[in-house]
Amino acid sequence: MSGLWTPRRGGLIALASVIAVLPLFLQNAFHYDVAILIGLNAIVCVGLNLLIGYAGQISLGHAGFFALGAYASAILTGEHDWPPLAALLGGALGVGLLSFVIARPILKLKGHYLAMGTLGMGIIISIVLNQEVELTGGPDGMPVPSFVLFGWKPAGELTWYALVGGLLLATVWLALNLIDSPVGRALRAVHGSETAAEVMGIDTTRYKVQVFVVSAVLASLSGSLFAHYAGFISPAEGEFFRSIELVTMVVLGGMASTFGAVVGAAILTLVPQLLAAFHDYEMLLFGAVLMGMMIFLRKGLVPSLAQLLRERRK
Amino acid sequence: MLAEFLQFLFSGVTVGAIYALVGLGFSIIFNSSRVINFAQGEFVMIGGMATVFLMGGGLPMPLAILLAIVIATAVGIALERFAVEPARGASVVTLIIITIGASIFLRGAAQVIWDRNFHSMPPFTGDRPIEIAGATILPQGLWVLGCTLLIVVGLRVFFRHSLTGKAMLAASYNPLAAQLAGIDTRRLLLISFALASGLGATAGILIAPIALTYANVGVMLGLKGFSAAIVGGLGNPMGAIAGGLVVGIAEAMTAGYLSSAYKDAVAFVIILAVLFFLPNGLFGRPGGEAP
Repeated sequence: MSGLWTPRRGGLIALASVIAVLPLFLQNAFHYDVAILIGLNAIVCVGLNLLIGYAGQISLGHAGFFALGAYASAILTGEHDWPPLAALLGGALGVGLLSFVIARPILKLKGHYLAMGTLGMGIIISIVLNQEVELTGGPDGMPVPSFVLFGWKPAGELTWYALVGGLLLATVWLALNLIDSPVGRALRAVHGSETAAEVMGIDTTRYKVQVFVVSAVLASLSGSLFAHYAGFISPAEGEFFRSIELVTMVVLGGMASTFGAVVGAAILTLVPQLLAAFHDYEMLLFGAVLMGMMIFLRKGLVPSLAQLLRERRK
Repeated sequence: MLAEFLQFLFSGVTVGAIYALVGLGFSIIFNSSRVINFAQGEFVMIGGMATVFLMGGGLPMPLAILLAIVIATAVGIALERFAVEPARGASVVTLIIITIGASIFLRGAAQVIWDRNFHSMPPFTGDRPIEIAGATILPQGLWVLGCTLLIVVGLRVFFRHSLTGKAMLAASYNPLAAQLAGIDTRRLLLISFALASGLGATAGILIAPIALTYANVGVMLGLKGFSAAIVGGLGNPMGAIAGGLVVGIAEAMTAGYLSSAYKDAVAFVIILAVLFFLPNGLFGRPGGEAP
């Protein structure tokens, strides 16, 4: 039974408990709304963390994939009467193909050039969403029909909360398994030294492409759900700034820590809600918080805390 | 036909010069610190906004311009001291997020200190268009080109002939070796931030009479300046100038001949094309990643 408490399974159980217990503390629709948004962001971040934290490849354009998933769902269900599940999977497939096609040339780039390449990709997606008014409604956005799964329609906050919570657990489980698989070991080798990994016979490009596609598809799935949950979607969801927010969640939580990504998503979704009370000063404070957290917790929250705990135990 | 082409070329070269100045700022800071300063566009905003509001306060234009550049430079130095310096040795991603945090902070501060409205600034000298071969150019456009040319020549002299400039070049090639030779690299870092913020503010002031200025004007200008720096090869100041002109002209031609809706996308399409085929930019040396 000792296997039950490996850090990995322990963490999963802890996360499941938090998700199960949290509704006791959520008092109104607004609280649920924030919790659901945290879950949706966390799904993207767990995927993005595989790319940034494990494979060591930065992406400043993942909000683009999120928005593409959201618009795929909105357009396919709203204009073409697809069942929502089919639209969600269709969007994921489309984003998967697109990311697969761009992955090879873009992941050849390194460091700042990779940052610029992914940033450019994200901005192009966002400009297209803004300009193709006939298809996307342009900057005004478009409404999205509600989600229906084989005749079942998730309504009310608790149902959505359970749906997103369950999906987040599944995503985390998937990510943890991937990290412990040969793919995960190969990715860590790529992060350590790409040249060394190649010398050891690892097809580094193939693994990088794979994890890029996985993270893009997770962003697309989360985007589709967000579209149905919010009932409305606008190009703001795919903006450069959203991409930065996602990366910050991953870095703040702690790179190469799956649970860190979840914690980072929770904090960075909460901060703007808390700052909203400051009205005009919201942006100024958000910028200051972002800078402060990165200067003082540059390794990220979860790894910093874990290190503190370990030192205490000694 | 020719007149139309010339017209697009003029407007392309004018904005291109602005992108070049912003891109120069990226390159200078990158060379001395390996940091991509995503707050570079905010210096452009501070330059324009400060000038407009100082003039609104009754200052004569030349004085307002001078003071605006001083303010932006001070902000640049503060950014280096209080945000970049404490995070030395942090990873590339962390530094990127810090400078983006700074950019959000500065935009937020501008909205609080000034306002969220669009402002226009009077041109330096008159606004009667000058006709050249059927096309027209605004006197302010000539100011932009003239000042940019002056700055480029000035920077070249600075980097080639002054002791500080040579030290900055040396430190950009090999910081450790430069330090061993007795160069104070920390002081150079401050100088590079001061230089870059001053350049950004100048760009913002030059373009404000042609375009409008507002609290978020720096976002796109900053990203396009970054594109210019990358197209020319990160860390190559003269490459940034060429990159800025390439981006500016391509943008104006696209807006003129193809579609003005996708004008803003041009810079990023060029970036992807350049990166896919020339991963180190047009004139870059290999190894754009942080050491």
